[in-house]
Amino acid sequence: MFENWLLITVGAILVNNFVLSKFLGICPFLGVSKNLNTALGMSGAVIFVMTLASLVTSTIYTLFLSRPFTFLGVEDVNLGFLKILVFIVVIASLVQLVELILQRFFPVLNKALGIFLPLITTNCAVLGVAELNVKGGHTILESTVYGFCSALGFALALILFSSLREKLDLAAVPTAFEGTAIALITAGILAMAFMGFSGLV
Amino acid sequence: MGIVILAFIIALVVGVVLALIIGAAAKAFAVEPDLRKEALEELLPGANCGGCGFPGCGEFAKALLSAESSPECCPVCQPDSLKKIGEFLGVSVEGKERKVALVRCGGHNGVAISTPYNGVNDCASASLVAAGGKGCEYGCLGLASCSRACAFDAIEIRNGIAIVHPDRCIGCGHCVDVCPKNLICMVPASVDVHVYCNSPEKGVTKMKLCKASCIGCKKCVKASDEDQMISEGFLVRTNYSTPPNTDLIAATGCPTKALKLASIHALPEAPEEVEP
Repeated sequence: MFENWLLITVGAILVNNFVLSKFLGICPFLGVSKNLNTALGMSGAVIFVMTLASLVTSTIYTLFLSRPFTFLGVEDVNLGFLKILVFIVVIASLVQLVELILQRFFPVLNKALGIFLPLITTNCAVLGVAELNVKGGHTILESTVYGFCSALGFALALILFSSLREKLDLAAVPTAFEGTAIALITAGILAMAFMGFSGLV
Repeated sequence: MGIVILAFIIALVVGVVLALIIGAAAKAFAVEPDLRKEALEELLPGANCGGCGFPGCGEFAKALLSAESSPECCPVCQPDSLKKIGEFLGVSVEGKERKVALVRCGGHNGVAISTPYNGVNDCASASLVAAGGKGCEYGCLGLASCSRACAFDAIEIRNGIAIVHPDRCIGCGHCVDVCPKNLICMVPASVDVHVYCNSPEKGVTKMKLCKASCIGCKKCVKASDEDQMISEGFLVRTNYSTPPNTDLIAATGCPTKALKLASIHALPEAPEEVEP
């Protein structure tokens, strides 16, 4: 039992890191990693949304989409093909709802997460975690933990990368490599470094 | 068939339920809008031109309320509305000089030599190809890049050159950035006398290419008071810190009529025929 949870957490954070080995959520990884503060804001928003999205989508999947609708008198109908459609809609509205609640009750938190909250609604990492929960056959609790840990892995990669980029801004980089070019190379080396974790599981 | 209907129903139910939840939440958790910001936005022009340096009038209003910016930064506001905003915020607003754009070229199709250009309809693209279709490589290409950049319809393309309507121009400066020939500059709106030429070439060379160029005869410099017109090589400019008055046009009798009034230059019919 304990092994299973360890596998999910360590696996999601380090070994199968969302950004660096699954290559999901590359857009915010490159986009908001220019300084550490925005990276922290983005990480907070991603952890928040991915955990919630995993919980809600896996609940909907286990309760409605994965079982035949015998109670409606329809046999051998599997609505699994609807999952992407439903997940997108559910995640988008979930984020909208969360934003409304935050605006009303936690204005400080809302200001800290700011624009990142609506930004990551349609992120592939968020949809990806919902998909991977289905693929991995996780239970609802497992899904939630997996979502949280995947988001932690994303946050780890983002924070590492933004710290590196802040240092790179001050470094003497050859003109041809300035800006995005050196950032991409750094991301590649960082991804290779994370490959070292693959021996863990 | 059953599965299609079932899928449809499930998707519909999910959509409707989510819509209801969000709708209810939006009502239940509605945040009190910032009344001061809304009132201030009413006073702002609402053009969202970005001339103040903020993404739009809403952001500018926020910056004004937190005293990060001052009302003068809005290039669109007229003095009276600036005064209202100042009263609203409780700050004194200093009157500022209104600026308008000036396209320093009078070489329309009737006077300037040009070759046909069939390429991309954009000044920057055209100027890449042998500096554009104009004979004069400093002249206005008339492909309306500035006109498209203007959110206030203040720049008209007529007879192959861009003409600024000073009454419409609010001085946001967007056109200045897009002109590949660097022809457009911002000048005080109170000054009406301008030299519509930007070519530093010799007078003879210029006249071969454009009959409305400034040939640097300095008649206007002699006719004006000291320091009202500045002569730079083969080109004369208005000195915008000590501008001449409109009588100068008649007093000079500019041989090429490059010296013109902006208000007359912008008139709809044959501006070069009108005697000031």
